[in-house]
This record gives sequence, C-alpha cells and structure tokens, in this order.
Amino acid sequence: MTYTTLAITLIFVLIPLVLSKTLKLELEKDVIIATIRSIIQLLAVGYILKFVFDSESFLYIGLMVLLMVVAATNNARKKGNNIKGIVWKVAFTLISVEIVTQSILLGFGIVPPTAQYIISISGMIIGNSMVLSILFLNRFKAELDNSQDQVQLFLSLGATPKQAIHRQLIDAIKASMIPTIESQKTMGLVQLPGMMSGQIIAGADPLQAVQFQLLILFLLLTTAAMTSVILGFLVYPTLFNKQMQFLKFM
Amino acid sequence: MTYAISFENVSFTVNDRHILNHITGNIEKGKITALVGPSGAGKSTLLKMCNGLLSPTSGHIFIDGEPITSYEPTTLRRKVGFALQNAPMIRETVYDNINLPYALTGETISEQEAIDFLKLVGLHESFLHTSIDDLSGGERQRVSLARTLVPQSDILLLDEITSALDKQAMLDIEQLILHLKSEKNLTIIWITHQMEQAKRCADNIWVLMDGKLEEIGSNALLSHSTNERVEQFLHGGIK
Repeated sequence: MTYTTLAITLIFVLIPLVLSKTLKLELEKDVIIATIRSIIQLLAVGYILKFVFDSESFLYIGLMVLLMVVAATNNARKKGNNIKGIVWKVAFTLISVEIVTQSILLGFGIVPPTAQYIISISGMIIGNSMVLSILFLNRFKAELDNSQDQVQLFLSLGATPKQAIHRQLIDAIKASMIPTIESQKTMGLVQLPGMMSGQIIAGADPLQAVQFQLLILFLLLTTAAMTSVILGFLVYPTLFNKQMQFLKFM
Repeated sequence: MTYAISFENVSFTVNDRHILNHITGNIEKGKITALVGPSGAGKSTLLKMCNGLLSPTSGHIFIDGEPITSYEPTTLRRKVGFALQNAPMIRETVYDNINLPYALTGETISEQEAIDFLKLVGLHESFLHTSIDDLSGGERQRVSLARTLVPQSDILLLDEITSALDKQAMLDIEQLILHLKSEKNLTIIWITHQMEQAKRCADNIWVLMDGKLEEIGSNALLSHSTNERVEQFLHGGIK
C-alpha cells in the first residue's frame, strides 16, 4: 500500500465526522484526536519495530516487551485504583502470563526465537491479558458492591476471608473469561480473526494462516485463564486486614 | 463481677467523622440489653465491634473479661453470634443455611441436628429442604436465628431483626428470643427502633445518640428519663 492510497483511506475518518456533525453527536474532537494519535503511535511503532527486527538483539526485544508491560499495567491499574498495590499485582500478572506462554512457545520450538515472532505474540498476549485484567477488576468490584451482605454474613459466622469472598471471586473469574471462550466458539463463522485476515491479505497460504491463528487462539485461552486466576488471588487478600475485617465496611 | 461484654472508652472514627465517642459500659450476662437511639447514632457500628467485624479506633472491648484482641477472629465470631438485619441467605435450601457454620469448618451438620435447630426457632421439620425463595420474612428471620445459634454462641447480637415483619410475626420472634434467652442462658444485645418492643423484652436499656452513650438504665428508663435529650428522643422529638 502506498502513502497515497493510505491517505485515501482517510475517507473512513470523514464518514464518522460528517455523521457526528450532522447528528450533533459532538464526537468530532475525539475522532480527530483518535485518528492523529493512531497515525503517530503506529508509525512510531513501525519504525521502532523495523529497527528492533533488523538488530535481532535480545536486549531490544526485552525492552520492547517491558514497554508493553508498563503501558498495559498503567492502563489496567486505573480500574483498581482503590486496591492496595494494584500496580505491582497487575504487572506481576502480565509478566507471569508472558513468561509461561513464551516459555512454552519457544521451549517446544513452536515459533522461532526471533524478534518478529516474540514481539508480535507478546503484543497479543499482553494486550489480551490487559483487557482480561480490566474485565476481571470491573466485575469483581461489581460483585462485591452487590453482595456486601453476603460477605458480611460469612464473616459474621466465622468464615476466613477466602471463604467469605469465594463466590464473588469465582464469578468474576468466570465472567471475565466468558468473552474469550464465546468468541472462540463463533470463530470463523461470525468473525475472521484480524491476524489471520492480515496474513491472507499479505499473500500467505490460508491453511497456514489458519494453523497460526489456532495457535494464537489456544494461547489466548491460557492467557485468559491465567490472568483472571493470578490477579484474583493476588487482589482478594488486600480487601481484608489482619483482623479478617472486610475493608469495604470501613 | 465478669460481664459478657465491657466497653472502655471505645471510639470509632472514619475519615475524621466520629461514629462513636468514648463509649464506656458493661453488658450483663444472661440479660437482654436493648440498644436504642436515632438513626445514625452508631448502634450497628457498636454491634459489629462485638463480633469483630470492626475494631475500635481507640479504647478497649472485653469479652468475658478477656480483651477482644486476644481472640482469633474466627473463634470470636462463633462465640458472639450475629443475626443481621435483612437475614441474608445463601442458596439453595434452609438446610444449606443451617449447615453453613459447619461447612465453614469443613464439616456437615446431620439432618436430625438441623431439624433440632429448626424446632428451637419454632419451624416445622418439613422446612428443612424448602428453597429460601419460598420463605416469608418471618420464616427467613427464624432460619437466620437458627443459623446464628448453630455454632453454640453464648452471646447473641440482633440488628433490627423484626423491622421488616408484620405485627404477629414480630411478636412471635419476640417470644422466641425470650424463650432462647431462658433456655440457653444467652446474653443478648438487641438493636430496635420500637420502644414498645424494648419495653416488652429488654432487661437493660442503652440509649445511643450522635455516637455517645447518652444513658444506661433498666427497662423503666423507657417510661421516664431524667436526661432531657433522651426524654425528647423517647417522645419522638428526635428521629
């Protein structure tokens, strides 16, 4: 694609702008900011990736992954601002998921240890882990807000914090995993995954593209499960003090 | 004399808001103490402290003469039972709720024992496998009371347990509490907004207003108080 054809694609930005103006949605400013940011951020990433791919240095690969973790942590932590130590809890979760999944991929030789694979797959893992963290924190907060009576009941009968919050924790873990599982059920029927479509457009063999997409789908299933479970078990103890009192009651 | 619960200069503050101020007093063993006062006076906060759901910001609480801090939280909460205002239930059946205190220790209550607890609160054994969705307000409160009694608590905290009930169900629960008190020699602290209920059931009265223990006295206090503010509250001047 040439820069001229890329410029023509700005028509797709004009359409929402016209609609927003006509219907007085007042989204023009947001659309323009989003467009400019995406152009700058993606071009910058494009140049950085080209530099890292060319260098094939594990130091640069590590720095890229670290940058992803920092950005994802900063975004996800906002949903748990009132949770003590939320920054390191989210960061630990993202790093754990990244280490486990990449170890399996590279350890079994499923993908070659090149910057091209490590960085692209890390982006998918960390990005999905971030979304899962946000979904989990949102749902867990809602569960706790809606069932303070239940938590209080359990504690008043002599339950430990884990017993008192068990149902809410499990419900939040399950709820945050559902979008990943459901989207896999309809994969290929309702939606063609972006990565697979991209490969096919770039001229790859569709069957090869499907195989690689399956690998990513299974990877994201593990990402979803690990993220919710690790974050859940890191977060719930901070909701109680040493006297086993639910801090929401205070 | 050892009291069931003693408060020594107990205060509780949240974000510079004084919920309780220097509460000092003793709860007598084997008696019903009614905790009365306007809404927001700090009654529920004081009750939660007795069960360890909250801790004082300053001051000391003693249970059976021992500092409350010397008890393991789970042990304390089994010793001091707490029947909550809305009688929250877990799914699915009455049995599941009666069994809950056992389930928390990894044990299971036998059906016969569960039936004994149901009978203690005046419910027929046929209720055992009834879904909680099919219970009336009064039945839910009875199940809640039975569940609170399962750990063999010797102190019982009641937080407005009859506020949502009709008159007959309320009177039935009152009789049940009086029966339980004499049957099991329970010490009971009962938050109520109904002065007539306190008159019918309580041995002692604590009047809490704006986080302060305004007056302590016998049941007769409800008929006449020498404290002007308490008198005003008793006659409906302060809500």
